[in-house]
Amino acid sequence: MVVTLLFILVVGLVRNGSWIAFGALFLGVLGYAAASKLGMFYAVRRSFIAIPFLLAAAPLPFIIPGPALISFPALNLTISEPGTIRFVSIMIRTFIAVQAGILLAATTPFPDLVWAMCSLRIPRPLVAVIAFMYRYIFDLADEVIRLMRARAARSPEIPGKGKPSLLWRGRVTGSMVGSLFLRSLDRSERVYGAMASRGYDGEMRTYSTFQMRGADWISLIVFSLLILGSLSLMFLR
Amino acid sequence: MHHTLDIQDLHFSYPDGRKALRGVSLFINPGEKTALVGPNGSGKSTLLLHLNGILHGEGEVHVCGKELTTESLRQIRALVGLVFQDPDDQLFSQSVYEDVAFGPLYMGLPKEELTQKVRQALEDVGMAGSEERVPHHLSEGEKKRVAIATVLSMDPEVLVLDEPTAGLDPRGRRELIQLLRGLPQTMLVATHDMRMVAELFERTVIIDEGQVVGDGPTAQILAEPHLLERHGLEAP
Repeated sequence: MVVTLLFILVVGLVRNGSWIAFGALFLGVLGYAAASKLGMFYAVRRSFIAIPFLLAAAPLPFIIPGPALISFPALNLTISEPGTIRFVSIMIRTFIAVQAGILLAATTPFPDLVWAMCSLRIPRPLVAVIAFMYRYIFDLADEVIRLMRARAARSPEIPGKGKPSLLWRGRVTGSMVGSLFLRSLDRSERVYGAMASRGYDGEMRTYSTFQMRGADWISLIVFSLLILGSLSLMFLR
Repeated sequence: MHHTLDIQDLHFSYPDGRKALRGVSLFINPGEKTALVGPNGSGKSTLLLHLNGILHGEGEVHVCGKELTTESLRQIRALVGLVFQDPDDQLFSQSVYEDVAFGPLYMGLPKEELTQKVRQALEDVGMAGSEERVPHHLSEGEKKRVAIATVLSMDPEVLVLDEPTAGLDPRGRRELIQLLRGLPQTMLVATHDMRMVAELFERTVIIDEGQVVGDGPTAQILAEPHLLERHGLEAP
């Protein structure tokens, strides 16, 4: 986890246009994906989720001043070279960083991630909240599906009659969200009861069952080298 | 040993003013397996939640001869294994191991003993070797059994279960009944499963509108159809 965070940080720091560093980092991620039996392009496909956020960087080629690459006199727009380099770099950076994050989440069992968060001195209550969220998010999703099914089962359409108004449907959805919230609240109270019954006193206690395996050591070494390499590339320039 | 439950004149109202318990008195003998039956909303679950101090009403609760007070609370929680109705409430951790280890962890056991307790508890409920499984992926019957293991790992003297057979298919139910039959602890079990009551429990207590309205040997209670019918129950 530390390695991934560092990796993401380094990816963020690599200077614009240092294509060799980008290439090496990207190869590292790809190699890791291949070694993890997820398939080379597992993370590549999933990292497209970041595309909307890239839109924020889209104006860069237009607003960074510099030698013009292409200009559209009619629109009074100019695509500048430094702007384009910066945009493409940001794109690649986001891409690699997101992939690293996805790979971490996909290859590490969640309890190990929780353990890693604890040992990084992230406050215990926060870690507990994340752990509980992960435990119950699937139950919550099941509940949403059941609610939607129940609604669908009672939403027949009679030919010739119009659908109910959007406002009415919105209200129904609103009360569904409300009841979901109330159910979660009830559940949290029962879970607290179950914890208190077993001696919970307000302080989260855990123990580590985590052990470094061969693969963990290899990825630690490879990515440390990559990080060091990219950093030295940056400073040697 | 003194594995008794002793409840004297217990009253409890929910914050919205609804009276859930109106003077419940009950004495459970050491080693006795007792069924607690009654219609929905009769106060069964509320009563169970008093037995280890999750709820506090007016009246006295003694567990294994100790009075339940703020000071004795943690001790009593180690003595009473309370299992909630919905196993998804009981199993809140990332793995079966963590869930079963939760209680012993708070009792301050060292790691080797912890692992030993977890293994033993899972073996007792017939779930040996499932330490690394994710609670969300267990079947309903497995969840119920692991939920019981989460309190067995604390070596409780008294087991308090809420609807252990609700929502189980016949095989799951059968396995659970066998499991309960084999456990030596004093037991108080709230249930609607009258066939299980007839099969498993020597004593039955009927509760309705927050009061004990029937108490005696199971065979005798089940032989009184009028009493059962009056309180929304039926003989198996």
